[in-house]
Formats: sequence, structure tokens, C-alpha cells
Amino acid sequence: MKNHAELAADFNKDEDRVNWHDETLWWVRQKRDKAAHQIDNWELLRETASQIKNNVLSDLSNYLQQFEANAIKNGITVHWAKDAAEHNQIVKEILNRNGIKRMVKSKSMLTEECHLNPYLEQNGIEVIDSDLGERIVQLAEEPPSHIVLPCIHKKKEEIGELFHQHLGIEAGISDPQILTETARLHLREIFITRKAALTGVNFAIAETGEFVVCTNEGNADMGAHLADVHIASMGIEKLVPQRKHLSVFLRLLARSATGQPITTYSSHFKKPRPGQEMHIILVDNGRSTQLGRPDFRNSLKCIRCGACMNTCPVYRRSGGHSYHTAIAGPIGSILAPNLDMKDYADLPFASTLCGSCTNVCPVKIDIHDQLYKWRQVIVKEGYGDHKKGIGMQVMGWTLSSPNLFNTAGKAGRWVIKHAPFAVNNPLNPWYKQRDMPNPPKESFGSWYKNNR
Amino acid sequence: MITVALFIPCYIDQFYPNAAKATLQLLEKLGVNVVYPPNQTCCGQPMANSGYEHLAAGCSKLFIENFAEYDYIVSPSGSCVLHIKEHLHPGETKAEADKIHHTIYELTEFLTDVLKIEHLNSSFPHKVGLHQSCHGQRGLKISQMSELNAPYFSKPGKLLGMVKDLELIDLSRPDECCGFGGTFCVSEEAISAKMGKDRISDHIQHHAEFITSADMSCLMHMEGLLNRQKSDVKVIHIAEILNGVAV
Repeated sequence: MKNHAELAADFNKDEDRVNWHDETLWWVRQKRDKAAHQIDNWELLRETASQIKNNVLSDLSNYLQQFEANAIKNGITVHWAKDAAEHNQIVKEILNRNGIKRMVKSKSMLTEECHLNPYLEQNGIEVIDSDLGERIVQLAEEPPSHIVLPCIHKKKEEIGELFHQHLGIEAGISDPQILTETARLHLREIFITRKAALTGVNFAIAETGEFVVCTNEGNADMGAHLADVHIASMGIEKLVPQRKHLSVFLRLLARSATGQPITTYSSHFKKPRPGQEMHIILVDNGRSTQLGRPDFRNSLKCIRCGACMNTCPVYRRSGGHSYHTAIAGPIGSILAPNLDMKDYADLPFASTLCGSCTNVCPVKIDIHDQLYKWRQVIVKEGYGDHKKGIGMQVMGWTLSSPNLFNTAGKAGRWVIKHAPFAVNNPLNPWYKQRDMPNPPKESFGSWYKNNR
Repeated sequence: MITVALFIPCYIDQFYPNAAKATLQLLEKLGVNVVYPPNQTCCGQPMANSGYEHLAAGCSKLFIENFAEYDYIVSPSGSCVLHIKEHLHPGETKAEADKIHHTIYELTEFLTDVLKIEHLNSSFPHKVGLHQSCHGQRGLKISQMSELNAPYFSKPGKLLGMVKDLELIDLSRPDECCGFGGTFCVSEEAISAKMGKDRISDHIQHHAEFITSADMSCLMHMEGLLNRQKSDVKVIHIAEILNGVAV
């Protein structure tokens, strides 16, 4: 399997595309800045959200039990899943019990994390994603490349081609109006005919047992309102204590994500319609483990806005698929090693530690500090790059001895000056696109000794 | 008279002695007694940022031996100062490490916050682009960050404003990372180089003759790209501009 650096290098073979991807996401970051800077108490809002989430994480088991009791009181069936496999099995059983073979699903990064779609397909159940971006990547047989903008890596011409192949429009159409109309007609038919709808959950309220789903397209609502069975999958960290706390998060979420004041739909689901079944699946899948890691627990504050991706100079130039995990970008890089330290050992290193992610995070997760800390954990646990380890050992010895350092420095400057072929070759990754520094006659240390 | 211990990071010592000399001379001009502990090497950041913090213990020990006794430590590198502040291995010398956390300064923050400089006798009749190093800006907070809804300030920007005939250019992305990132520059070569190319093109599009910064490592990376592209744009450490150099 290729690592982030290799996948990023592949993405960079088409520089024009990288520029387009970077500019597109930078435009979203600018919209976010504009929205954030229009709110006088923006920084206070972030701090408040952070504190509310800290409170939730510090008493999660009680809030979960409170939520469960209230949800049951409201007539919702509550399920607990310790991992992805259990979650997928619960979904399958609900559908089997109701004799349902076709389901419509609105956006849920959790089901991406659990790889629900392939599991259901293997079990003879068809799933159609109803979020426009997700439908597009589903037709392309690709995973989403961004948690809020799943097909941000696709150009409108490529979407036109997909719709030509799958939805029967003429070839060569790239007008967004026509493409959206096409998807709309296609999805209307799906909404009307599917008996089960699965949605994600943006926020669940412990005090009332209700949950809130935020979308711009209203697709979650159309799926859930027309279906006989509504299944909502949520990570156990999605709770807020009370309804009043929602106001803080709803003000932050869309502004951070896209620069909108609020999502078009913030839909509250509290109890099933007469005759409808409503299920909530509370999924752990590694979250308790993360909660038990003091250095990393507050990554569970994340509300999945994607702001850290839009601002990340690495993400913008490497594309979401280079992270080879459901949740890409800086937040994905601190979540994924918790699930599998070996497979995702590369991700905490896919960053310059510039810190912009931490600054845009609406719930103030110290993302770049956690990237640094994951690097230490990964090396200690033996998942680091072995070759790098030997170099680091030598470097550590050299730099902790002034004599060795001065000798090595002289040698290094001599090599650059007199044997540039030794460093100026394609095997030296620095030299591929960059010249070496011009070596000075003497170091500062030696100049100081001779002149002062 | 204030006594300052000068910390010259390893790569500046070896590759950019002029930035170090300018720092020394500038501080002396401003009436500071500067001491250079001769046995210094490196802050340990290259190992630590690569996940080998434990191999930086030798560097930490040496740093504490060299610098713990001074009331002020000044360095022309925001990145190395941030590393010392946040990750100096305390070990058995926690008290010394805690002291150093408060005594170490990046050059422009020392000039602004301790010496409270309001005037400089230097001139630099050129168009200059200021590159904000992420560790100086977001780590040490020497400038306000574009992500935050908070009042603007810039310590290096204010100092450059005191230099006669210097024209500071605006940038499209005033605080985007250059992509150096320590060992990131080789382990993620493709992205590192692309980030650097994008950063220098922002400066070039706004007609910079010089790119300056309070961090030489960002400049080393951008210089490598500029030289490869045979560009006329040069990099220069902010200490050299503030000290007044013949270019």
C-alpha cells in the first residue's frame, strides 16, 4: 500500500490540477474567514464550544445513559455497537427484519468509517447515497475525499461524464444547473421508492433524547420523512448536554465548514411518526480507547466541519485520497492512528506542523500538537521508518557533542563546495527541485573564535 | 547593561553565518552585552519533530549547560526558540528548563518586547516580502494570525517599518506555510517543494526583490527553489536588514 508521501507525489504529477484543487479549497477557507470575522465574539464562541465538549467527554457515560433513557421514552429503539462490524450487523438485521433490500442514505462519515456500503452490498442490500457529492463519488466508485465536500476533487466536466454514463444525459454537458437538475430527478425517484433511510447525526441532545442532522440539500429529511424505517448512526462523542448548547454549535458549524451562517436544514428528530420505526445506533469503534489517551482524547470534540482540511496547505496540495482513510486531513491524521497505528503511521508525518488547523478549529482541538505527540508514540511503538531511525541516532550523537558537530559541519560544507555531485543528485530528495545552500568559507562559530 | 546569551542554531552557524553576525552586531549596536557560549550546537528539533524526542536528550542537556545561567537568551530563529520553549527535555534539570522557558526570545520579539525598540538607523531601499514562519507566528505569536478574529499586530512587520526606504509588499496569502517543515522537506518532497514554489510565486507576483523572515530555515528552502528557477529574487534574514547591510 502506498503511503501519504507517495500518493501525494502521484497527485502532484498534474500540477495544474493541484493548483485548481488548492485554489478551490482556499476559496472555502476565505469564505470561512469572512464569516468568522463578522462575528464579534467568534473566539469566545469557540472557547464555549470547546468547554461544552470537554464537559461532555469528562462525563460521557452518564450523558449517554441519559440520552438513551430519553430516546427510549420518545419511542426510539437504541442500539449499542462496540465496533464497525457490530454496527454494520445491526443495520443489516433491522433491514432484514423489515424485508428491505434497498436503502437510501444521507451523509454519514461514520458509515464510511465502518465501510457499511460494501458490507450491505455483499449481503444483497443496495445502498444509494443521496447527498449530491456522495452520489457522485459513489457513481465513480471512489470514497469521499473530504468530509463536507465529498467530490471536491472532481471537476464539473468529470461529473458530466459520470452522469452521461450512469444517469443517461448527453455527453459533454458540464453546466452545474443541468447536472444538479439531473441528480435531483434521479434522487426524487430514490426517495419515493425506498422504504428505509439511514442518516448520520451531527448532534444528539442528552436532556431530550433527540438528534439533529444538518444538511444543505434537505436530502436527509426527504429520505427519513418518506421511509418506514429511519436508522440514525452516531459516534458516541456526538452528544451535547442540553438543547440550549446547540445554538453555540449551529453558529460555529456552517461558518467553519463553508462560510454560511447556518446550514439550510438543521432538522431535529425526536420521535418516530405513527407507524414508523426509528433506530439510533451508538457506535464506539475506538472512541473509548481514544478517550483513554490523555494526549489525544480531546480529538473527540470534533464536529466534522472540515475547516482544518480547507486551511491545511498539505491537504490542499495532496488531495483527500492521499490520506487513505475515511477522514482525511489534519483531523483524520490524529484520529486514524488510534484505529490502526501501523496502517496510519505515515499520517501524523504528513504535516509541517504549521498550526493553521488548530487556529480554525471551532472546538479548539490542539491538532498540530497532537500530530507531534502521535509522532513520538508511533516511533516508540516501533512503527516509525527504520532507516530514518538510524540517521536520527547518528544525528542525535553528533548534535549533542560540540566537537563532533564542528567536524561534521566542516565536512558538510566541504562536501557541498568541493563535491557537489555527492549531494546534487536525484537520490537526494532536497536536490530534486531545490539547489543546495552556497557553503560559506567558515562557520559563525569559527569566525567568532578568530575575530572576537 | 543587559547581557544576552546568543543562541545560533546549527544550520545558521554552518550555512548562514551572515545572519548570525548581523544578529550579534545589531544587538551590540543597541547597547546589549552579547555573550556567545562556544559549545552550543542544536536545539534538538530535527530529532524531536521526526518522532525521536528521546534522542534529543543529549541536545537538551548541552543546551541547559550552555544557557541556563543567563537572564536572556536570544536567537535569530523562531522555530528553534519554540522548540526550546515547548520541548526542552527537563530530565533531572527541570528547574533550569523551566527557567529557560521564560528567558529565551526570538530576535524580533526581544527587540520589540524587551528592548522596546522604536527607531532603527538602517536603510534598505528595496521591495521586500515578509515571510511569516509558522513557528514564530503561530507558535511564539510574534504576529497576529489570519485565522483568528483578533486585532492585527506584527513584531517583525513593525521593525521593518522602521527601516528607511524599505517598501513592504502585500501578499495574497500573508501567512501560508512555505512547506519546509524540517525532515518533512525530504520525506514529503513533492508537497514540500510545491508549497515552497507557491509561496515564492506569491512574493514574485507582488514584485518582491527580497524575501525576508525571522526564520532562516524557511528562507533556506525558498532560496533553494529560487536558485533552481534562476530567479533574481533573493532571501535575506531580517537581522541583516535591521542591522543595515550593503547588498
